[in-house]
Amino acid sequence: MATERSGSPSTADPAFVTAGPRSAAPGRVGRRGGILGFIVRRLLLGLLVLFLVSIVVFAATQALPGDPARAILGRTATPASLAALREQLHLNEPVVQQYFTWITGLLHGDLGTSLAAQVPVTTLLAGRLLNTAFLVLCAGLISIPLSIAIGSYAALRRDRAFDVGTSVGTLLFAALPEFVVGVTLVVLFATTVLHVLPAISLIPPGTKPWTQPKEMILPTLTLVLAVTPYVSRIMRASMIEVLESDYVEMARLKGLPERIVIRRHALPNALGPTFQVIAINLAYLAGGVIVVEYIFNYAGIGGALRDAVSTRDLPVVQALAMLIATLYVVLNLLADIATILVTPRLRTRL
Amino acid sequence: MSVIDTTIKQELEGFEGRRATGTVLRDAVRLWRTRIGLVLVFLVIAIALIGPLIAPHGPQDFVGAPNTGPSHGILFGTDHIGQDVWSRFLYGGREILILAAVSTALGLVLGISVGLIAAYSRGIVDDVLMRSMDVILAFPQIMLALVAIATVGPKAWLIVLAVGFTTMPRVARVTRGAAQPVIERDFVASAEALGVPRYRILLGEVMPNVLSPLMVEASLRLTYSIGLIAALAFLGFAPNPNGADWGLMIQENQIALVVQPWGVVLPMVAVALLTIGTGLIGDGIARAAIGIDRARGAT
Repeated sequence: MATERSGSPSTADPAFVTAGPRSAAPGRVGRRGGILGFIVRRLLLGLLVLFLVSIVVFAATQALPGDPARAILGRTATPASLAALREQLHLNEPVVQQYFTWITGLLHGDLGTSLAAQVPVTTLLAGRLLNTAFLVLCAGLISIPLSIAIGSYAALRRDRAFDVGTSVGTLLFAALPEFVVGVTLVVLFATTVLHVLPAISLIPPGTKPWTQPKEMILPTLTLVLAVTPYVSRIMRASMIEVLESDYVEMARLKGLPERIVIRRHALPNALGPTFQVIAINLAYLAGGVIVVEYIFNYAGIGGALRDAVSTRDLPVVQALAMLIATLYVVLNLLADIATILVTPRLRTRL
Repeated sequence: MSVIDTTIKQELEGFEGRRATGTVLRDAVRLWRTRIGLVLVFLVIAIALIGPLIAPHGPQDFVGAPNTGPSHGILFGTDHIGQDVWSRFLYGGREILILAAVSTALGLVLGISVGLIAAYSRGIVDDVLMRSMDVILAFPQIMLALVAIATVGPKAWLIVLAVGFTTMPRVARVTRGAAQPVIERDFVASAEALGVPRYRILLGEVMPNVLSPLMVEASLRLTYSIGLIAALAFLGFAPNPNGADWGLMIQENQIALVVQPWGVVLPMVAVALLTIGTGLIGDGIARAAIGIDRARGAT
């Protein structure tokens, strides 16, 4: 959703973020250690971010003003049931101790017990996690090559019909919230205009999502339409910057065929900054699935989060929040490493 | 995103001061995309503001059987429990618009403050501030809102707070990036030498020079806030669970899409036009900023 949608390139090191094809990032990156040192530093930074994230999640769920036990059980709760729930959520302990109880459990793989279903959160989410992973994978595998292709082609055909057309199209789609895109697809292909695809994507428990290709089409398409506009716009901007650079002109002047100029000189350099955006958008998919899974009633962790919020199942909400945040941090880390690997110029500065 | 980043980068190469903002805006309004955006946004605002005055029925009045199609007197039929779709549509925009505007404004104020302070202080204050912004950025925006709603419930103040709070780090980054080179410049040093108080330097000297990237960012953030707040309502978390709200209407009537599409289509078109409108305006401003820079580079 939009949300998440982050307008900024990365949670990464600011010095690194600005390291596009043109701008030089002075100072900051110039520490010792080579690639390995860089990866270790990013890893430690990621862990620090996750630790802080866990504090934010904890603060938002258990330390907000008000009594979570009463909020969960409602006004009609008896004092006895309130006391029991406070006991279960460790609400009677001092806040700091509550946090350590929770985080210790988390580190040992104990995500707590769902209040609504009364089963361990891990049992509840294991199957759904696979479904979501498959959905995100499908969306990623389609949207990343697609947006790189659209972006570079638009850059090569700058200001011609294809470029103008995709520029308007991506602008419009980028502005639309994904639930609008998703429900519109339902109206178009499932309920009102055409009746060719299922309006909801029920993946029965025990079946694997890849055995239900028809059910996958609309949710995947919604996510693809949500992500492709951003990545292709970045790819276009980055490719244009590279195409105007001196080294591309040099390559052309020394008589290299245009095909080779693009493949060997332009594309690799344009991909660097795009990786950052791809990572952000993949991580964004982790947030986008909340809405998309809800639209299509798809049994994944996004839909589970929505349900847990509406039943105020705090242990499940906390676990899912940490899970999605971890995914976010890991993808950013991978993007940083990938960017370093495709941009030799950056390596020398490590 | 980087379309915007590129804009800012290019713009920063030749900063001119106060005049630039007015010129950028004037140039932006000359572009067709900005004009279309403005028309769309004003249209939707007009529906949201005037709508309740001209609605034939109350938003919670029952006017017929559930999910009946358009008929005489009931322009777009009835919704899932027999309320008038057209009236609920006319009432349903106000909440989204107000919540989105207030939370975006909150996010801008917080983000600009953090960004300016970080850029001006440099060193450890800068590091600490921007790292904490990174922590907030480690969540998808909608998730933090959902986590807070899980604990407190979908209160209007909470939604504003959650959306504003998650908008802040994005604005802070843009502000800091744009302010850093401005702070290096001589007029800031001379203001410091004259003993001008810090907040006056930031608001009076630095702020006017970072306005154009901030306007682009503001329209972008507004677009996302609208989408986010509508999406929260669509997930069933609107401040008033029985009230008329475009996001909520889409959710309520989605089950009956086959027999009565209007309850979904009308609010969806409104949300779409609104976000496309703000998106076009932002793109117009961004383009105008680049254009000016190019013209400058030529001279």
